[in-house]
Amino acid sequence: MAEPLIAVRGLSKSFGGLRATDRVDLDVEDGETHAIIGPNGAGKTTLIGQLAGDLRPDAGTTRFAGRDVTSLDAPARSRLGLARSFQITSIFPDFSALDNVALAVQAHSGHSFHFWRPARAERELREPALAVLGGVGLGARADVLAANLAHGEQRQLEIAMALATRPRLLLLDEPVAGMGLEETQRMVRLLSTLKRRVTIVLVEHDMDAVFTLADRISVMVYGRIIATGSPEEVRGNAEVRRAYLGEGTES
Amino acid sequence: MLLVLEQGLNGLQYGVMLFLMAAGLTLVFGIMNLVNLAHGSLYMVGAYLATAFARWTGSFVLGALLALPATLLVGVVVEVIALRTLYERDHLDQVLATFGLILFFNELVAIVWGRAAIYTSLPPSLSGSFVLLPGLRYPTYRALVILVGVAAAVFLYVLVTSTRLGMLIRAGASNRTMVAALGVNIRRLYTLVFGLGAALAGLAGLMAGPIYAVQPGMGEQILIQVFVVIIIGGIGSIRGAVAGAMVVGMVDTLGRAFLRPTLSTIVSPAAADKAGPALASMLIYLMMAAVLFFRPQGLFPTRGR
Amino acid sequence: MAISRRAIVLAAGAVLLALVPPVAGLLNQPFYVDLFRRMMIFAIAALSLDLILGYGGMVSFGHAAYLGIGAYAVGIFAFYGVDNGFLQWSVAIAASAAAALVIGVISIRTSGVYFIMITLAFTQMLYYLGISLETYGGDNGMPLKTRSQFAGLVDLRNPSAFYYVVLALLLLFLLLGRRLVDARFGMVIRSARSNEPRARAIGFAPFRYKLAAFVLAGGACGLAGALLANQTEYLTPDFMHWTRSGEIMFMVILGGMRTLFGPVLGAVVLLGLEDVLSALTEHWQIILGPFLVVVVLFAKRGLFGLVSRDG
Repeated sequence: MAEPLIAVRGLSKSFGGLRATDRVDLDVEDGETHAIIGPNGAGKTTLIGQLAGDLRPDAGTTRFAGRDVTSLDAPARSRLGLARSFQITSIFPDFSALDNVALAVQAHSGHSFHFWRPARAERELREPALAVLGGVGLGARADVLAANLAHGEQRQLEIAMALATRPRLLLLDEPVAGMGLEETQRMVRLLSTLKRRVTIVLVEHDMDAVFTLADRISVMVYGRIIATGSPEEVRGNAEVRRAYLGEGTES
Repeated sequence: MLLVLEQGLNGLQYGVMLFLMAAGLTLVFGIMNLVNLAHGSLYMVGAYLATAFARWTGSFVLGALLALPATLLVGVVVEVIALRTLYERDHLDQVLATFGLILFFNELVAIVWGRAAIYTSLPPSLSGSFVLLPGLRYPTYRALVILVGVAAAVFLYVLVTSTRLGMLIRAGASNRTMVAALGVNIRRLYTLVFGLGAALAGLAGLMAGPIYAVQPGMGEQILIQVFVVIIIGGIGSIRGAVAGAMVVGMVDTLGRAFLRPTLSTIVSPAAADKAGPALASMLIYLMMAAVLFFRPQGLFPTRGR
Repeated sequence: MAISRRAIVLAAGAVLLALVPPVAGLLNQPFYVDLFRRMMIFAIAALSLDLILGYGGMVSFGHAAYLGIGAYAVGIFAFYGVDNGFLQWSVAIAASAAAALVIGVISIRTSGVYFIMITLAFTQMLYYLGISLETYGGDNGMPLKTRSQFAGLVDLRNPSAFYYVVLALLLLFLLLGRRLVDARFGMVIRSARSNEPRARAIGFAPFRYKLAAFVLAGGACGLAGALLANQTEYLTPDFMHWTRSGEIMFMVILGGMRTLFGPVLGAVVLLGLEDVLSALTEHWQIILGPFLVVVVLFAKRGLFGLVSRDG
């Protein structure tokens, strides 16, 4: 079998006395959609932060696309093809939707020490950005200030920004959190179209979304991954049922 | 050697004053998230009020005792009128608005007492010196400043660690909504904390009168050094304020006293005469740069910030 | 609509400023040439601060440092009889930019309130350095022997000629600033101000861009300092006094942050107001202080925000 796209070994992070992630091992294969589920406070967001390079691990290594990226920070990992969305919507609120995506394109087209040409007039930034925006269904909202988009649209915009960096791996932290039923369905449809095109690590509490999208699922409890397997395997795993599903799917 | 000891005590005395200022500033920042540039104005107000009350009553001690609650009152009034609305604003707004307050206070003081520096005379019982060690006499008043400062620090420590108010202060610094959820009147708590900070600044100011010149703008001279204290010590922590104040007080005082003579043994006396004072006045800032370079969060960063 | 209105305000402003010398000549009030030149010099300083404060989100309370460094570069050269303006002004820009580089490297890694206090403290350090330079007048400062010379190209001793040099530089900086903030470079620092974690997540490493902006702003303000030394024909550490930093910052807010033209308006209005108030009373700061508080509390968008608003 080929090397996993991202391979994590012994990743740990403590905040004060709290072990947020505790010797996590995780392999995500190229092309799969890998969901990470677990009760609140299990360390899922910390893990995403560590994968994205925002949090330095206390211990452990991370390999991505065949190279050791343990010491790389978030911008460097982004340039290698690692993109993310945040648990709490994170966009540039005072820029238009198109600007938001064009910025992501710009971040991946060489250095930005250009002082003269207006960036908003650069077709090599605007056209790819418009295309991506159309792809997530926001084509008609390109000129709207991001702050004025609906919550669901802002989450779509985040996905668009991630896609505009042409990532190999997409880290999604609760993409349907806080959404209504209709918005959730739209987002799940969008993510279904992305499957296979891009590898996805998905942290999510919405079990319908997880079982619709995931090829494999890892279960995280108290900072540790206690089981990994296909959706059927995880559903049938006694330890998982006891530790997590048995306590109710939402906490 | 005795000279070093004497200057060391002077450094301690200056450090104590810096601490009184830094403690109030850091409390107000830690709890209300307010950058209060006008903290130096409260120091100045304390100094002027003490001087004025001393003249009025004819007693230095009585003047000091009156100035302390008066400065607290001024602080509370300023908080209620102007600063309260700033807690939810960003730091830029806070800095500019409190800068405006500084202009106001400096001018107000100039109108009432004039721009020229005034000096406070000490009563005979405090103006002398006493034998600290054989061969070393130390001014009584400076020793008193050290004692009062240390007492204030102990008072603050006890207040923060073992009273209900202190519990709220510590909780408020880490979790505002939780304190509100406890049913505490958060506005009153804020006013109280601000008043406490104002009183500490006033205490530093009223003690400064007999040592330094009392004049408009005196607050900002010390305020910027207090910033250095906070940057070095780490913001929001009393422990950091103590450490930072001692370091800055010592380095500044000893630097001014010994840098030039030390330099003159290395380079020519003429060059030392030129470079010495310049370097001495820059010393604490250079030290701040060095600390920041190696520890951007200061020496005692508060956890979770 | 907003764009065109902004353009009209801009053009009208430029024309009005250009008319100051002939009108002052007609009215026989040469003082106004002096006043407006001073306003424009501070406008350049405020403009440069807007780049890092407004667009970069870096609340620098130490911008007067570069004003001082630029002024001292001119003054010290003149002290030793070197009055070549090209050399003086180049060194003024380079030295200010270098100081900004050092201060920036140390301060930009920190954020929020630390950044404010550090920039303020470094400027205070330079202020004390200025005071201790006894050779160059120390506390009292020293007169500038002669204004910068430009090989007969332009004579700064002619008030109007000097005025138009300053106006040309101001317009140049407005143009450069506008291009810069809309170019890719500007988009990076603006995105980092808007949401730095997001900027990092899409692959920007904001530090070097913020540092570059900090250095550019320092250099531009250094040139304003060189102009200021020529304007006052005097050199004093007071150029670097911390209240000066506060004033420049207030110009930016008063005129309207993140507009470039706003700070120019802010400089004109604040210095004009100071001029009017100080004629009324010696204690004009007792009015200015509360005015500042009121502006911050109630008019955050600034004057330019008011005039260029839609509909």
